Amino acid sequence: MAVAKDLREVCQFGNLMEVGKKMSGADILIKSLECEGVDTIFGYPGGAVLNIYDAIYRCKKIKHILTRHEQGLIHAADGYARSTGKPGVCIATSGPGATNLVTGIATAYMDSVPLVIITGQVAVSYIGKDSFQEADITGITLPITKYSYLVKDVRDLARYVREAFHLATTGRPGPVLIDLPKDVTYAETEFFYPPEIDLPGYKLKPNGIEKEVEKASEMLKEAQRPVIIAGGGVVNSGAHEELLALAEKLQIPVSTTLMGKGSFPENHPLYLGMPGMHGTAYANYAISDCDLLLAVGMRFDDRVTGNVKTFAKDAKVIHIDIDAAEINKNIHVDLSIVSDAKNALEKLLGIIKEKDNRRWLDKIEFWKKEYPLKYCKDSTRIKPQYILEKINEVTAGDAYFVTDTGQHQMWAAQYLKCVRPRSFMTSGGLGTMGYGFPAAMGVQIAHPEAKVVTIVGDGGFQMNSQELATAVHYNLPLTICIFNNGYLGMVRQWQDLFLDKRYSHTEISQPDFVKLAESYGAVGMRVEKPEDVKKTLEKAMETPRPVVIDFLIEQEENVFPMVPAGGSIDKMLGR
Amino acid sequence: MAVTGAEILIKTLEYEGVDTVFGYPGGAVLPIYDALKESSKIKHILVRQEQAAVHAASGYARTTGKVGVCMATSGPGATNLVTGIATAYMDSIPVVIITGQVSTEMVGTDAFQEVDITGITMPISKHNYLVKNVKDLSRIIREAFHIAKTGRPGPVLVDVPKNVSAQLTKYNIPEDVDLRGYKPTYKGHPTQIKNAAELINEAKKPVIFAGGGVINSEAAAELKILVEKTSAPITTTLNALGVFPETHPQSLGMLGLHGTPYANYVVTECDLLVGLGVRFDDRVTGAVEKFAPNAKKIHIDIDPAEIGKNVEVDLPLVGDVKTILEELLPLVEERENREWNARVEKIKKEYPLKYGETLALRPQYVIEKLGELTRDKDVVITTDVGQHQMWTAQYYKFTKPRTMLTSGGLGTMGYGFPAAIGAQLGNRDKLVVAVTGDGSFQMHMAEMGTAVENNLPVKVLLFNNNCLALVRQLQHFYCNKSYSAVDFSGNPDFIRFAECYGAKGIRITKTEETVPKLEEALNNDSLTIIECVVSNEEMVYPMVPNNKGLNEMIHFEEGEDDGR
Amino acid sequence: MKHTLSVLVENKPGVLTRVAGLFARRGYNIDSLAVGRTENPEISRMTIVVEGDDRVIEQVTKQLHKLIEVIKINDITEDEHVHRELILIKVNADPAHRMEIMQIVNVFRARVVDFGRNSLIIEVTGDEGKINAIENSLHPFGIREVVRTGKVAMVRGPKHKNGKS
Repeated sequence: MAVAKDLREVCQFGNLMEVGKKMSGADILIKSLECEGVDTIFGYPGGAVLNIYDAIYRCKKIKHILTRHEQGLIHAADGYARSTGKPGVCIATSGPGATNLVTGIATAYMDSVPLVIITGQVAVSYIGKDSFQEADITGITLPITKYSYLVKDVRDLARYVREAFHLATTGRPGPVLIDLPKDVTYAETEFFYPPEIDLPGYKLKPNGIEKEVEKASEMLKEAQRPVIIAGGGVVNSGAHEELLALAEKLQIPVSTTLMGKGSFPENHPLYLGMPGMHGTAYANYAISDCDLLLAVGMRFDDRVTGNVKTFAKDAKVIHIDIDAAEINKNIHVDLSIVSDAKNALEKLLGIIKEKDNRRWLDKIEFWKKEYPLKYCKDSTRIKPQYILEKINEVTAGDAYFVTDTGQHQMWAAQYLKCVRPRSFMTSGGLGTMGYGFPAAMGVQIAHPEAKVVTIVGDGGFQMNSQELATAVHYNLPLTICIFNNGYLGMVRQWQDLFLDKRYSHTEISQPDFVKLAESYGAVGMRVEKPEDVKKTLEKAMETPRPVVIDFLIEQEENVFPMVPAGGSIDKMLGR
Repeated sequence: MAVTGAEILIKTLEYEGVDTVFGYPGGAVLPIYDALKESSKIKHILVRQEQAAVHAASGYARTTGKVGVCMATSGPGATNLVTGIATAYMDSIPVVIITGQVSTEMVGTDAFQEVDITGITMPISKHNYLVKNVKDLSRIIREAFHIAKTGRPGPVLVDVPKNVSAQLTKYNIPEDVDLRGYKPTYKGHPTQIKNAAELINEAKKPVIFAGGGVINSEAAAELKILVEKTSAPITTTLNALGVFPETHPQSLGMLGLHGTPYANYVVTECDLLVGLGVRFDDRVTGAVEKFAPNAKKIHIDIDPAEIGKNVEVDLPLVGDVKTILEELLPLVEERENREWNARVEKIKKEYPLKYGETLALRPQYVIEKLGELTRDKDVVITTDVGQHQMWTAQYYKFTKPRTMLTSGGLGTMGYGFPAAIGAQLGNRDKLVVAVTGDGSFQMHMAEMGTAVENNLPVKVLLFNNNCLALVRQLQHFYCNKSYSAVDFSGNPDFIRFAECYGAKGIRITKTEETVPKLEEALNNDSLTIIECVVSNEEMVYPMVPNNKGLNEMIHFEEGEDDGR
Repeated sequence: MKHTLSVLVENKPGVLTRVAGLFARRGYNIDSLAVGRTENPEISRMTIVVEGDDRVIEQVTKQLHKLIEVIKINDITEDEHVHRELILIKVNADPAHRMEIMQIVNVFRARVVDFGRNSLIIEVTGDEGKINAIENSLHPFGIREVVRTGKVAMVRGPKHKNGKS
């Protein structure tokens, strides 16, 4: 993300004539958002943000999206941000409005998503007195925000907004919260949007990495069995082209984490699939057997590594990441390159020579043939994997996919073919149920003409099903695929495999999803037979209204392969 | 014999007398759910979203007087509880929340579904624990219950890492709790009690002011004796409605921002305000410097930090309301206060609660009828947040404690329906009615699934005006009628919505339909949505504007909404 | 006005966070905070200097009391108490000025704990007045770096302030 160099660049949407004019805090906030180029704000009104909503009412440049629950709006802002690379902006009132955002903030924090969250707060003199609809939101979100502000003086407001956007979008992106007391929204001062930023404790790393890049190129030259793992950092950095060029030049197979899905084209012969707990067997074998691991913009999360002691135990590890704290956090790294991924890969491309790894690639081909992703096909019962294969056929790579959390999420990661970054949105780090549907709304709002396909489970859908009202209100032509098996499937799978099938409270009832959709004036479709899957998908995607498809899928299907928690990734069940 | 931490947890919950747990499973709580399955004493209620679990536990606690218990997994399961915990904290409800956590060696590594829930809930829980050793687990659970229900009640969270709940150890019956730093005061200071009695006996224009603390203390009977002995008028906060029968001639109803006009005038004129279990919240006082300007104030509360926090008091008295009243009542003289009561009657006649009498279906009317039809039954009313909440507080006329459940302190939309579920589960034979608006109901309407799964014949009285009407009211008065982002087109057809859950739906659009349809719904033994289609131009009156005193209310004007 | 609170807390992880979080949430101003073990290893003493009038201090005290791990709080501002703070000052000290600096060190009964080519590190213990005075006296020479521990205090006389009498 480039940093704006002068006032005019920053205020691309702002009216320079208004600089220096006296106005209320609420107006300053909106004008500052305009200066930042914000076109959409997701929000829910309330007492503490009354004046801000008045300013929003008069503002012509920013579109406001009203949801039915604050969690809906923050996941929508998250989906907007992930699919565009721009910061998502949301606003909620004080007290319960703010606390309802907590899960969404934590979700964005764990996946490094740039969000700027504005919460109303009671007047400054009421803070700390247990006032009506007061919550210590800066205290509550301390562990889950990149940074937060409590604006006590209106003269600080514009500067805080500027800083908040800077912090949210630079370095390792993340959510930044601005808590705005009600009286500050009424207080007046001259509006001035600062061109310069002064944060002495936040200096983006200078890019002197030539020595490390040299060393990396030598290590890559010598490696006999190299593997690249690309994560969310490659997507955030926009480094997918450099990654492809590097992989092709050096003929290195590439695995992408859940967050990195789409950063490497999945129809490419060098693509290895996802690593880790529910990754492909061949990715896990390749990583376990490699002698050099180049990790780019990923953080060696436990879902990827399994037991860290045996993870890539014979490999030297090169770790490129913009966040120095991630390097050597979970596993030992031989060469660390603290840098933005695009910058590092560009420099690397500049000095490496072409190489061939024929023997290694042959071995990987063998694993791919011996241990492909597979499932028991069935002609009478709908298999979830089959639906995803059909989705691939119908969308032909030209769609945005958003998932919820659970078994369907893992199948989607395994079977959906993504060829470009920012086309697969999911809650990877926090694993938030209820994320999928609202996030899809945000993606559709950011890309009104695109096909957006949401894949959710019946459990996760029920967490935010109230957002059907929002989808209908704004007529978002989403296709919502509910993988309905009447269970909290992933939890049931663990009870099945590890607790002798003692299904404790994982069976969950649901409403008639078709009638539910229709009661909102949306379209509902039900699919009970495999032969109806493809045509229902086609029909749904042509319908210019929100469509809920209730797929009645095989109830006790398990996700394989599976590395048991804490196990070594080369020891998988069901491969 | 060695047992797992999870089994110890369940055994300790059983020891504490827990019979219901509201929850949602996940990876980090797998061992706990496995042990829970074996329990014959504890019933688990699966909700649709964790926030509903806390609200349900709160509804259960408020109606039974026991500690409510809920459970969720780590990460997003735990963060989904935050609003519910803050809601319980602000209203002093005893709830114990058990969250799963990643294994102890993974804590702090940004592991999958890991979140620092003890850090996050620090400002909004009475106390919280992270259990690092299975040997501490039983003691911690007992402490959690002790802290939750004693002194000023509140939510206590216990975070249990997965390896701790899987670890084996020997189970010992846990000892009684003794916390060095936590010794609440129950007995009032004898001299202060004597002084309080003197003030009460001398006062010419006394008013009794009861809050949620009287309910937590189970002091309704003592309160009634006090009121009748002193012949003083009595007003209550939102959370205390029902602690004194509102049908009693001395009742002034609720006080404050949307309180009854007569309560607000009487308090402004009084010369003695006896505050029992209240905290002088800003919704109650209006502009603090103008609050009860002529009155001496007695403040009886179990939480010393509340005394003097918002309002200066003349006689602070720390202790449990019931315990103190027992000492105080013998010292209080019988009085008739004829002159003062005559004055109060006059104010009541001159400034009654009013609403428009034209043809449209009036929500206030519906509430009045609901009150008439249910007040003498064994009923629990819950509300959400908004205009409907204020009308329920004004027009229902509660007569028993623990019959009005609402989110008073935090003002959480979405509280009412899950709380009603909890209340119904704790009181199978009571009639439970959740009064709500279309905005609030949509926040947790998916819990219809929970209600249906457990056969709960809750009635949802839904005021549908396709609008966030209380916000609209604020915009009407403070933003020059610029109605920004309060329009809810895209609402479902609520009757069809009810049907897709297998529940019943009844719609009321005309005044004359009210009583027959209410009666039908209240007696049908089924989960029912009763939808009342009302206008979004209704206002809640009276209304104390920002920074004004209680006696500076805006009243309902006749003719304001003619022709509707 | 500054008040000195001497607070006994259970020596458990996270207690400091709870106190700091409470102060932040309620908006109280911490001037300084020092914490360490007492003669009983399970109990720590925090000495907190808070800015505020009587009403604020009353609220601070009562809110602190609600924390479960807080055992006892004493406002010792008015009591006869011994209070000390330790400060390390790194001051420019080229040979021309060294003598003068050493005189100041002696007057204040401070100690030199590090000799550099052009600087000295001076350690001083004393009450707030003395600490401020020596810092001011050394100012003209150019202070490079200062670190202060924050105030610790103990009431004079035989009374223990640890929950026993």
